[in-house]
Amino acid sequence: MPVQNFEQIFQGKIDNEVKIEPKDWMPDAYRRTNIRQISQHAHSEVVGMLPEGNWITRAPSLKRKAILLAKVQDEAGHGLYLYSACETLGVSREETMNDLHSGKAKYSSIFNYPTLTWADIGAIGWLVDGAAIMNQVMLTRTSYGPYARAMVRICKEESFHQRQGFESLLVLSRGTEEQKAMCQDAINRWWWPALMMFGPKDSESTNSDQSMKWKIKRKSNDELRQNFVDMIAEQIKTLGMKLPDDKLKWNDERRHYDFGEINWDEFWQVVKGNGPCNKQRLDARKKAWEEGEWVREAAAAYARKKASPNPSKGGALEAA
Amino acid sequence: METTYSNNKFSKVPPQDGFRVAYILHLADNSLILGQRNAEWCGHGPVLEQDIAITNISLDLIGQARSFYQYAAQLINQHSPSPGGGRGEASEDSLAYLRTEREFKNCLLAEQPNGDWAQTMLRQFLYSTYQYYLYRFLQTNSDTTIAGIAEKSLKEVSYHLRWSSEWVIRLGDGTEESHKRMLRAVDELWSYTGELFIPAPYEKELSIDTAFLKDDWAKKVNTVFDEAALTVPSNVFMQEGGKTGTHTEHLGYILSDLQYLQRAYPGCDW
Repeated sequence: MPVQNFEQIFQGKIDNEVKIEPKDWMPDAYRRTNIRQISQHAHSEVVGMLPEGNWITRAPSLKRKAILLAKVQDEAGHGLYLYSACETLGVSREETMNDLHSGKAKYSSIFNYPTLTWADIGAIGWLVDGAAIMNQVMLTRTSYGPYARAMVRICKEESFHQRQGFESLLVLSRGTEEQKAMCQDAINRWWWPALMMFGPKDSESTNSDQSMKWKIKRKSNDELRQNFVDMIAEQIKTLGMKLPDDKLKWNDERRHYDFGEINWDEFWQVVKGNGPCNKQRLDARKKAWEEGEWVREAAAAYARKKASPNPSKGGALEAA
Repeated sequence: METTYSNNKFSKVPPQDGFRVAYILHLADNSLILGQRNAEWCGHGPVLEQDIAITNISLDLIGQARSFYQYAAQLINQHSPSPGGGRGEASEDSLAYLRTEREFKNCLLAEQPNGDWAQTMLRQFLYSTYQYYLYRFLQTNSDTTIAGIAEKSLKEVSYHLRWSSEWVIRLGDGTEESHKRMLRAVDELWSYTGELFIPAPYEKELSIDTAFLKDDWAKKVNTVFDEAALTVPSNVFMQEGGKTGTHTEHLGYILSDLQYLQRAYPGCDW
């Protein structure tokens, strides 16, 4: 069959909402776009463990410590599902990881901001996971089957995280003056970076049109961003806090909130690597990977010994 | 030595229950401090699956600590109910966050630094082996709350023991480098194993003579070390003191992280 026909069959499936599966024919660009997007997503989960992990040993109660540990662990789990989804497209986890470490692959810029106080943990749960969910709910219907299925599992856990983050801020918002100030300060610092998570404006987004046609994406950056603003502008009323935007105002005609202009210079600076923690985050990942090398080698060497026909001894592993 | 468990915070607890509270706090502190140490790995593990595994163990240990602290708090509050209720009462968090270095009763082994993956795995293995036989014994304790927590935790600890034994074997019998690192870990940690089997006064009072666990512990450690091509050290001088509040210098730093927010903002809800 000529390529032309393969492409027609492929686009026909997309148009009829039939999922594309690993062994199906797909255009190279579709494969590459999915690899890029899924691996970036996986890296975001894994790098995202760092800013929150920063507060695990200092969590203010045993309950909060357990919740935070479980949350960061969930993110590692999400990373695993997504690296596996990526492998179905023919790239190994090792290759994908190497692209992260070399700086070739990106991850969500939001994790290049520091977690300075305990309230940042609540703000990340509420705003960052909240923004991620907007995107991820859409992705449960993305056209590539393994990615869509991974997102269904991930979304369930993420919405739980968002509620936990909000609840944690709610406690601060009803606490002492110092706690309230800590809460407001965290919202001030995380609000604009959270809005940037949806990416450039539609008019400037280079990957969008083709992704929409292939139903990798189903909503535009600006649409998702607006949905997020509308949701948070309502939820913040319960906290009795303020979003740091003078232009935020309900527009009765549009049936949406209007909001101020994002600082796009800052957005591009962080993308380019000049955010407050770009270097630290990447260094931490590289360090974990490099310092783990001897461990991975030892595990592989031991597995080879056990697989060889003449094992030296046996038993204790099974009996342990 | 008396002051470490009948200090003025629990002055109204009668002596017999004082020993019981001290023992429960000892169990809680062991789990909390080791859980806190393991939590330091979260996000920094050598491979994602193992990052998840060590975090899981940390969560199990913190869960055990919470059960023990809650029980200790209940006993303390029975004897010294706070007139206003709430604030003045002991709670899992007041016990974890507002006691000092000298009041913590965890074994020295639990507070030793993570070092590399070999050291963390060996610490976990030596401790989980101890905890496995201890909880198996405590399951039949006449204090049904302690027995219940031990029984529930034993399932978790069995997994910790299996997982950490596998790692000790894999690293001991893996590559030249991993073997060398395991030898160094044995050298770092062995002198903290003796304390596990020397009963503290509160253990003696409650007839929990941990010395008798030593044979089972040693047998298991021998089996795994043998498989891992490691030698059990002999004639090592054993450090002690953790159980009665005389710790290594590491504990102070662990507590300054752990307790920071509660100390900086006293009396807040989180």
